[in-house]
Order: sequence, then C-alpha cells, then structure tokens
Amino acid sequence: MRALLPQLLRRDRQSDRVVPRSGHTAWLTSFTAGAMTFLAVFALALSMAAGRMADRWSDALARTATVRISAPADQIEMQTRAVLDVLATTPGVESARALSDEEQRKLLEPWFGPDLPVDSLPLPRLVELTEDSTGYDADGLRQRLLAEAPGAVLDDHTRWRRPLAVAAGRLRLLGLVSILLIGGTMAGMITLAAHAALAANAQVIRVLRLVGARDSYIARAFVRRFTLRALAGSAVGALLGMIGVAILPSADTAGGFLTGLGFTGWGWLLPAVLPLLAAAVAFAATRFAAFSRLKELT
Amino acid sequence: MGHPVISFENVAYSYGGGELLSDMTLRLAPGSFHFLTGPSGAGKSTFLKLCYAELSPTAGHVTLFDREVRSLGRDDVAQMRRRIGVVHQDCQFLDHLPLAANVTLPLTVSQREIDNRDLGDLLAWVGLKHLADALPPSLSGGERQRAVLARAIIMDPEVILADEPTGNLDWEMSLRLLTLLVELNRMGKTIVVATHDMNLIRQAKAQIAARVLRISNRRLQLAGADL
Repeated sequence: MRALLPQLLRRDRQSDRVVPRSGHTAWLTSFTAGAMTFLAVFALALSMAAGRMADRWSDALARTATVRISAPADQIEMQTRAVLDVLATTPGVESARALSDEEQRKLLEPWFGPDLPVDSLPLPRLVELTEDSTGYDADGLRQRLLAEAPGAVLDDHTRWRRPLAVAAGRLRLLGLVSILLIGGTMAGMITLAAHAALAANAQVIRVLRLVGARDSYIARAFVRRFTLRALAGSAVGALLGMIGVAILPSADTAGGFLTGLGFTGWGWLLPAVLPLLAAAVAFAATRFAAFSRLKELT
Repeated sequence: MGHPVISFENVAYSYGGGELLSDMTLRLAPGSFHFLTGPSGAGKSTFLKLCYAELSPTAGHVTLFDREVRSLGRDDVAQMRRRIGVVHQDCQFLDHLPLAANVTLPLTVSQREIDNRDLGDLLAWVGLKHLADALPPSLSGGERQRAVLARAIIMDPEVILADEPTGNLDWEMSLRLLTLLVELNRMGKTIVVATHDMNLIRQAKAQIAARVLRISNRRLQLAGADL
C-alpha cells in the first residue's frame, strides 16, 4: 500500500493515455465528490457547533447553580448573608458569592437594554454557587435555606440543561454519522461511475490484457484518474462549503445556536482535510471496482 | 527437437454445451511453423486461446515455456503474453491512439523504453511507416492486419499465434502478410497460423517446412499428404 501513493502521484503520460477520456463519468465523479464534500462541510460545521454547545452546557451543569433572594429591601442584605453562611457550610458546595449590581445589570441587558436603573427596581439578589466534584444535596439545601432565609429560593436552573446537553451531544454524533453516510454515498457513486467506465472500456481492457498488461497497470490507469477527479471536485466543494459557512451570521452578533454554525480557530482547517478523505475514498472505491471487474476477465 | 515452447498433454476443453476439443497432445518446438486448419466452429480459435492462456483446459495439461497454465497467476499470464504475440482476424486497437502508440502498446504496458528508430524500422518493415500518426479507424483491413502483426512482434516474442490473419484480406495482401510471417519464422520465431485458406498453406509450404494440423471431430490430427 505504501508503494501505491508514489505511483498514484507520479504522472505516467503513456499509461494515462491508454484509457480514453470519458466525459460523463468524469463529470459524475467530480460533481459527486464536490456535492458530497459541500454537504460534509455543513455536517462538520453542525457537528462542531453542537459539540461546542454540548461542552458549554455540560460545563455549566457541572459547575453552577443560583440562589435567588426575594425579600423586602431592609431584609435583603441580612438574608443574603444568611444564605452565604448556609452555603459555606453545605457539603458539596465549593464556593458561593453574591452577584454585584453591575453583573445583574449585564444579565438583564439583553432584555431591557443598557440603561436599566437596577437600584430603583425591586430585583431579587442572586447568589451564584459552584459545586465541587461530589455535588450537593439540593433538597436538604432548600430546607436549610427555608429555615435561615425565607426569601431564598434555590434556582437549580442548570438541571434542565442536562437533556439539552445530551441532545447537543446527540446532534454532534448525528453530524459525524452524516459525514460517514456522505462518505459512504460518495464511495458508492464513485464505484458505480468506475464500473460504468470499466464497462465502457471493455475493449481497451481486452487489448491491454492481450498485450501483457498486468491488472495493477490497468487498474492504476483508472484509479489515478478517478482519484484525481474526486480530489479536484472535492476541493471545489470544500471551498464553496467554507464560503457558505463563512457568510452565515456570526454567533457573536446573534447569539443563537443556528447562527453559531461555523468553525473557530483551527476548526477551519478541518474542511481542508475533506478533499484528501474524498480522494482516499475514491482511490479505495475505484481500486475495488477495477480489480473486481478485471477478475471477471481472462 | 528443442524444449517445446508450448505443449498439450491430453487436453480437452468443454463449453457449457459439450466438449469442443478432446484428448489433444502436441509439442510445439522452438522455431517451428504450424498451420492449424479445420472447418468453421471446429475449435481453432479455442485452441489458440489455450495457447496464450486466455482459456484453461477443462482436462489435461497445457504448458507454456515449461509452466503449467493452471499454476499461473494473473500476473504470470500477463508476463507470458509478453512472450507470445497474438494476431486476431478482428484486429482490436485502442481507437483513440495513433497507430504508432498502438504498435508500441506492449512496450508501454511493460514500462519499457520505446526506441523510435526501432519503431520506424518495424513500421517500415510492415509497410506502415507513412501511417504512424493515423488513427486505427482510418486504416484498411490489410493495414490493420499488418499493424496488429507489428504490435505482436514489437516485444520480440518467441511465439506468434495468428487466428485467421488473412480472413479479410485479398490474395495479394494475404501473400504479403505470409511473407512477413515466413521472415519471422526464419528469424527463429515459433509460428502457429489458424486458417482455412489452403492456397495460403500451399504457398507457405513452398517456402518453408511448415506442418499442418487439422482439428476434426474434436481431435487434433497431423495433415499434409492431402494438401
């Protein structure tokens, strides 16, 4: 197998010429590789975005919860201290701190704008707690809070994210499965195109066998051609896919999941790997088709 | 007699419908010239296909250059065919390549260097030098036969098998082709020509010591006295 790559890359004008150029299979191979790679770029972007979301949500799940304190203005500081005291002695709570007015303003900013007068609004005080690796007993904590600070409510809001994180994980898996299916479909279509080309060139193959050509020589003429076509088609598909992903609205401006569909940092290199994978798929599919077909001939 | 280049030992060949060739034993000595005759459908082409391992016998043993055909892998068969030049009546070419590239095809597939001077000499010998750049579909029947003969001998094979090489040619062109085959035999090549053209056989026997084999009733017979 190691010797095949140099043979594939080395241009042999004579052996390239023995198989006539066939228009429709050439286009079919290039188009299939291009279209499948285009789809694979989006599946990859989906998978990576889902992965980022799953990681983010999982991370949030593992770390934080919030205690919301709703009390008359003259009691809020007292109940906040009581809550912090309770949390400081609660097993499984690594740390706890009350959010500042500035932090609360930032949380509300997406809904009410930047000029929200936090001081003049009867907003609850928020205390963010961070779990340690063992976790805490949420029911026991609620009862203790009820006793020590009646206005405090443990907002275990991160718990509902668990199914979403699982869903995001599944979405990532789905993206990867899609890439595998796209690769399999491409292999199937290229195999069919290779079979068509081999059938159309039956006389050429007969003549080549008659004059002493080895199967590997005949196969190489087809394999090289199909592999390079798939590589070229796939490179175009990958480029168009990357342009498509690049012109999607960015997550920073819109903030949603769908608008966060894209690559970040080194992730932009991954689509560039797809043409090489497509070429490898085409190489394997054509080689399989060629040797299967040649074995049927004497 | 030298070591046989091709030998048959009790060879039989059956298609789905029944036995076509039966109990054939033969040794082709190096440098010999054989004609193979018989009625249409007698199995002359099948006999030749057995000689270049396109078919394997259903019984008996075919040996090419001291190697049993059944023991040959596909690469071995390809290697053997570089030592055997084949000339078919329906000359098959790669129609998209010019004549010169078709003639040098055996060198190309065996990845040997092509000497343009040798190629020029060969094309001149078969009278096709002026058509080196022509595409095969533009050639006449006689030109195609001589081109396929040139392709068959460019690897300097030890054996040349010709299946009805003059079937589509007029008498003058048939004699010209026969002359080329006789010259090759004088160079030491082993020649087997399947033909039903008795005039051609008589013409050859006047020039060289050719043996005539006949396939009759599925068996191989030595003919000659009745020619």
